[in-house]
Amino acid sequence: MGLLDFFRSARPNKGTASVAKERLQILVAHDRAERHRPSYLPRLQREILEVIRKYVDVDMNAVSVNYEQDDQHEILELNIILPDGAQRA
Amino acid sequence: MARIIVITSGKGGVGKTTTSAALAMGLALRGNRTAVIDFDVGLRNLDLIMGCERRVVYDFVNVINREANLNQALIRDKRCDNLYVLPASQTRDKEALTKEGVGTVLEELSQTFDYIVCDSPAGIEHGATMAMYFADDAIVVTNPEVSSVRDSDRMLGILSSKSRRAETNAEPIREFLLLTRYSPERVARGEMLSVDDVQEILSLELVGVIPESKAVLGASNAGVPVILDKESDAGQAYSDSVARYLGESVPHRFLEVEKKGFFSRLFGG
Repeated sequence: MGLLDFFRSARPNKGTASVAKERLQILVAHDRAERHRPSYLPRLQREILEVIRKYVDVDMNAVSVNYEQDDQHEILELNIILPDGAQRA
Repeated sequence: MARIIVITSGKGGVGKTTTSAALAMGLALRGNRTAVIDFDVGLRNLDLIMGCERRVVYDFVNVINREANLNQALIRDKRCDNLYVLPASQTRDKEALTKEGVGTVLEELSQTFDYIVCDSPAGIEHGATMAMYFADDAIVVTNPEVSSVRDSDRMLGILSSKSRRAETNAEPIREFLLLTRYSPERVARGEMLSVDDVQEILSLELVGVIPESKAVLGASNAGVPVILDKESDAGQAYSDSVARYLGESVPHRFLEVEKKGFFSRLFGG
């Protein structure tokens, strides 16, 4: 460590490690949620969408399927956004 | 019955082979009959790190294919009578390690050894999954760096789903974190993830922190497991890690920046 570093080290920490930690926390949480998700979810979402589209003209992105898990139970959450003034059969 | 330990990481170049060599030697030096197996088929390197590359006659795949028996393939370490190396094959056939074959070899080793250390190749391909499948314990080698930490987390997922213990609903694999290439100076400057950061993200039991050290390259140059370099920081850190793995409570060293005198700070030291 030379003279310059001596003065540099006196400055408060302003490194990139905190950025790394933040990014990793988000990423790892996301990866872990994905890992515990049942493998049928994408297919379920596609089939639900197909059924709904028989009756209502909804957008491809109008159906969201969420899967959450805690100690006691698993929650499968379906969210379907119907367009304004949708024609009902 | 032997305890089977896999040294894994996902990412390459983080120190799996260095760790396998050091840990196996450490266990053997404490009087345990230990075998260390190279699972990196096609890219054999453990023999080089252990310094026995010129004594390889038969390898792991020869034993699986019954072209040689275990005693012919195991290389006894010249520095420690309790330690044996089973080298990987240089064949390019990655599928040469069959699950049945690996299982049979580990079963046979289990009869006479206390510990079997499996040096996993990088990645999540066949060799890596074979190295971890039969494990009782896993040491996840991680560098304080984003891609390594992420890959380690991926490996934890695979360990908990694609191992014999997972498939048979047995007690899960014990998982330990070994942080390598740690630089307290860079952590102090905020340039590197700290031990606490990595532990918080992976939430694993910390078995050791190996400082970034010149001794590691020196040891691999010479074909001597770095744990035998008892003067070196890395060697001591590996010794501590072996003790912790065996259940001893040893305080962590080399986590703080070494205090330097005013003059060495001023003129470099």
